[in-house]
Amino acid sequence: MSDLAISVENLSKCFRIAHERGGLPGYRTLRDDLVGLPRRLLARFGQNGRATSEIFWALRDISLEVKQGEVVGVIGRNGAGKSTLLKILTRITEPTSGFADIYGRVGALLEVGTGFHPELTGRENIFLNGAILGMTRAEIRKKFDEIVAFAEIEQFLDTPVKRYSSGMYVRLAFAVAAHLDPEILLVDEVLAVGDAEFQKKCLGKMSDVAAKEGRTIIFVSHNIDAICHLCSRCILLRKGEIAMTGPAAEVVAAYLGSRQQEDAIVDLPPINSDASFTSAGLFGPDDEATTSFNANTPVLMKASFTVRQPTAGLQLSFSVFNFKGDHIFYSTISMAKPAISIESPGTHEISALIPSRLLLPGRYFVSLWLHTPNAQMYDAREQALSFQIVGAVDGYHGFPSDELGQIYADVKWHKSETASPIHVTAQSS
Amino acid sequence: MNAESSIAVADGEPPASGTLLQDRHPTLRIRATKGWAAINLRELWNYRDLLWILVERDIKLLYKQTALGIIWVVLQPLIAAVIFAIIFGRVAKLPSDGVPYLFFVFCGLTVWTYFSQALQRAGNSLVRNSQLVSKVYFPRLLIPLSHTLGALVDFAVMLVVLAVFMSIYHVPPTLRLFAIPGFLLLMTFTATGVALWFSALSVKYRDCQNALPYFLQVWMYASPVVYATSMIPARWQTWFALNPAMGFIEGFRWAVIGRSALNASVLGTTIVMSLGILFSGVFFFRRAERGFADII
Repeated sequence: MSDLAISVENLSKCFRIAHERGGLPGYRTLRDDLVGLPRRLLARFGQNGRATSEIFWALRDISLEVKQGEVVGVIGRNGAGKSTLLKILTRITEPTSGFADIYGRVGALLEVGTGFHPELTGRENIFLNGAILGMTRAEIRKKFDEIVAFAEIEQFLDTPVKRYSSGMYVRLAFAVAAHLDPEILLVDEVLAVGDAEFQKKCLGKMSDVAAKEGRTIIFVSHNIDAICHLCSRCILLRKGEIAMTGPAAEVVAAYLGSRQQEDAIVDLPPINSDASFTSAGLFGPDDEATTSFNANTPVLMKASFTVRQPTAGLQLSFSVFNFKGDHIFYSTISMAKPAISIESPGTHEISALIPSRLLLPGRYFVSLWLHTPNAQMYDAREQALSFQIVGAVDGYHGFPSDELGQIYADVKWHKSETASPIHVTAQSS
Repeated sequence: MNAESSIAVADGEPPASGTLLQDRHPTLRIRATKGWAAINLRELWNYRDLLWILVERDIKLLYKQTALGIIWVVLQPLIAAVIFAIIFGRVAKLPSDGVPYLFFVFCGLTVWTYFSQALQRAGNSLVRNSQLVSKVYFPRLLIPLSHTLGALVDFAVMLVVLAVFMSIYHVPPTLRLFAIPGFLLLMTFTATGVALWFSALSVKYRDCQNALPYFLQVWMYASPVVYATSMIPARWQTWFALNPAMGFIEGFRWAVIGRSALNASVLGTTIVMSLGILFSGVFFFRRAERGFADII
């Protein structure tokens, strides 16, 4: 067992969530603490008044071992503790109890472009970002040309990155991170950005690094496809505990399977925001709650939410993802005709009808958002709902769905009466 | 190094890239820290490149897209010096150690400008860099430190202007100037110590950002910037010396002008106080540091 890269024992992390009247939780002022001091002292003696804070275990008694050269995926729903685990392993935050032993130099990629400054040029940002990620100046200088080539930004090296397109920005940021030389690489959901082409390049680079150079990688992602593709082993976290660990395919299957018994109507605990979801549900043609739909019937989704402050331009949007995590489509309330306004304070219930004969048989997840266009996110509920499409559209013959593309296209078939061959008309004449 | 420090580095250097780890000694063990944590000097040294890059970044950013650039460094204290010269020199007719009041006050402002600039930049530096704090690990000490060091560049520019003043007012340079680095050290220690207190406190209490300007203003008038130490009654001087700013401002003025009320007991108090502020700042910062990512 001399080939360990990471060994974690009974690692736990708890957060104390303060319930304060008004104001955002987490922000404290000196006055609050001074005013609250007598009360806290009293609470210590009297054993009451503890209702003001609540302990939340983000991780509970996690034990795991990762060997050198292993590529391990970490999956789980939001709030399962994936990011907290990475933050502890990268020393950003401390555990409450337990410990983790690290054997080797750690590089972390929790966000693309950490520390990038818009006013600085591409060249300056490469050095800044590289140093923040833990490279020395000499190392960066050595890799500089490689980084620039990987990012494909040669001609913009001395332009401030604020003038970069978002694609260029992401490419440069990832290029720096991809040229880190750690023995252990910790990667959080960073592939969610950038265009598909570049994502592919990054995944390729990562699997290269793992296979050829024997690096250890811990990879957190919602992208089940990427997990299956990259990882040999996978850890499933649920509510801060390890629910399962084993070969990636098995764990992924169990993870997706565990969501089959989900309810058609879910309560969404309100958050402290000007607009917050309260519940959502899926309904069949007779308005009955269900998670199983026939390909020939539409899916009716309903979402309830509370708006506390008048919010100009507030939009309700949702996206549907397939079981692999591929984004199938996005829809937003501003597409509604006639227009629907949800800007006024109060509780709103909105329904959206997903047309029939659109989705192929399989499992789907719905993410819900309340936001203003390209600006502020008020509430985001990733994979809040899930449903399955069963049975095929009439005349659709049974191929495995993933072999047949992403959606069912309602193509109109027609047979010409006169059986003349189709010609390519010469364009020049 | 303290065994309780947040990251106990195992014996020996971290293995170089590609080394096979035969022994079972982890490169580092991550666990909860209890009590006070010592400063990990080796780790700070390993991150020295980042420190310089952060210093460079702040200097570049401060004057990017400004037409006057580095002139701003000088303009602000120069205007302040002129205003003080009118109010305190002409109207109030404060004594100025035998040199023109404008020169006298500029001398004090050279030091004070560094001090207040360093504090203003470093004081809320953690909050401004919250994205870094919550997304990547490095010794957090580097963030405020990069600002107190970066402000030294401004100080160097001020020294050049001061040299111009010296030639205008025919103040001959003497061997006393060699004492400047010593006072500079005391000045940097004090500024860093206070900056560490402020930056760590403002992660939890945003009030600190609002309090800082007033704090600095009160401190300036409590220090001999616009008046001479000789104006303080002798029996009060021991108490005034508890303010390390008095020691290094007066010391700096002595090195430049030559006349001063500086004595050994004031100097000794200044050294003790500035080291005390520095160390208490470092320890407080190290203690608060572990919670930064969770509450920032």
